[in-house]
Amino acid sequence: MGGYKRFGILLCLGVGLLLGSLVGIPVAGAEGEALKVDTGDTAWVLTSTALVLAMTMPGLALFYGGMVRRKNILGTIMQSIVVLCLVSLIWITVGYSLAFSPDQGGLIGSLEWIGLSGVGSAPHPTYGPTIPHQVFMLFQLMFAAITPALITGAVAERMKFSALLLFAGLWSLFIYVPVAHWVWGGGWLGQMGAIDFAGGAVVNITSGVSSLVCAIVIGKRTGWGSDHMPPHNLPFTLLGTGLLWFGWFGFNAGSALGANGVAGTAFLATQAAAATGALVWMGVEWMHRGKPTVLGVASGVVAGLAAVTPASGYIGPFSAILIGAVAGVLCYYAVYWKGRMSYYDDSLDSVGIHGVSGVFGILATGLFASKAINAAGADGLFFGNAGLLGTQAIMAGAITLFSVVGTWIILKVVDAVIGLRVSADDEQVGLDLSQHNEQAYSHE
Amino acid sequence: MKIVRAIIKPFKLEEVKDALMEIGVQGMTATEVKGLGRQKGNKETYRGAEYTTDFVPKVKIEVLVADKLVPQVIETIARSAKTGTIGDGKIIVSELNNVVRIRTGETGDSAI
Repeated sequence: MGGYKRFGILLCLGVGLLLGSLVGIPVAGAEGEALKVDTGDTAWVLTSTALVLAMTMPGLALFYGGMVRRKNILGTIMQSIVVLCLVSLIWITVGYSLAFSPDQGGLIGSLEWIGLSGVGSAPHPTYGPTIPHQVFMLFQLMFAAITPALITGAVAERMKFSALLLFAGLWSLFIYVPVAHWVWGGGWLGQMGAIDFAGGAVVNITSGVSSLVCAIVIGKRTGWGSDHMPPHNLPFTLLGTGLLWFGWFGFNAGSALGANGVAGTAFLATQAAAATGALVWMGVEWMHRGKPTVLGVASGVVAGLAAVTPASGYIGPFSAILIGAVAGVLCYYAVYWKGRMSYYDDSLDSVGIHGVSGVFGILATGLFASKAINAAGADGLFFGNAGLLGTQAIMAGAITLFSVVGTWIILKVVDAVIGLRVSADDEQVGLDLSQHNEQAYSHE
Repeated sequence: MKIVRAIIKPFKLEEVKDALMEIGVQGMTATEVKGLGRQKGNKETYRGAEYTTDFVPKVKIEVLVADKLVPQVIETIARSAKTGTIGDGKIIVSELNNVVRIRTGETGDSAI
């Protein structure tokens, strides 16, 4: 019970901070007197915000839910939806401020904007100069929410719900927030010239490599390798894939922070990469295993989407097609070799699909980015600038190292306080009944 | 009295049911089951993880039969469930000691 008490204290602290912020902390200096809100830009970013929410719930929830065994679907969905809710509150109280407020030493923001103090309807000069600051914050909230939800794929069917909650809260605050600051919030990686249009590093690398650590630390599912564990509801997985694809337009094109040409090119790159990733995975699987599968096509779509994410606003459609194609092949083999090697049980392939395509996408940005497409971006190797690739590699390496070490520490803390894994009996009975006293498919 | 059980291919259920009702059988129970026999299973692949399922979906029907009708029931089921390919199934006959109609309390042959 000690773990629950500690969690309760953390929760009260969070609520206290929120209430405290409402009491009236002095507003930070007025910004954006000269900045005008553009209704078209604002409408698009608001829409994109909602689209990205749909990616988590029900997109990811069903994508993952359909892939687990029927006794675990509710537990899986529960993880996505509750992480979304928890991170929303963390973000609004302290997360956004720490990630995006003025930089302290290149590493983190401050609590200047705690409880969204100073974050109002006026635009911020660098965070969407034509949209209300609050809208930018909300858009970023959805990114913060989906990132830890992605990790749930690696620990599917065996993590204690209370442990997942505590882990997600800590990970969001101590891993996501700093990395978001480093890349997007004025921190050292952004200062260095590293670019990540919509979250290849901030979302996919962080969650992808953290997933690897989680899968290794929590251990394999009981019976993995010998028991049959096929997906119990692939139609749900495909439904989730559709929602992820749909929502990803908000993820990428919304990152243009305006209803403009860059949004259009990002949208185009997204579609091109998704479609190519799907067909390439399908083709490789067809040749390799004899039949194309729908789960393969779904996986290829996601691999293409994840890989093109950091480059989407900086590249043309044919670069996107190339990126999607390579991602399809890379991720296909990453997943296949994970199965062959059997070193770790990344149940729903968060590592193979998000991690691998995240790293590849960041490096590909260093190759394919072009100022001709987006003058606010940079030129990559194929457009005459070899330096960007090196910068991107540093970003990928630094974020990987930070995520791996940080995640490992958080896992050890959570394990000590609550225990990470469900008991053997609970795992056998399933998460739905053991963690939530619910059964997904009643016989009534 | 006897219980006649038949494991049949699922798509044959309607045909077997119709044939039995034609000879005067008024009740039966059908259950979805998995069967293993000379019929080979299927190969399934999910992201590179391959499964061979040895068990094949079947349907089991159970009919309660008065002794004198048993040969006719067996012949009817065999005729309507047969396809000629491996996996057609089996018919099993067991002794039935007693049967009770819950609504009326009738027992024996009048409860069938």
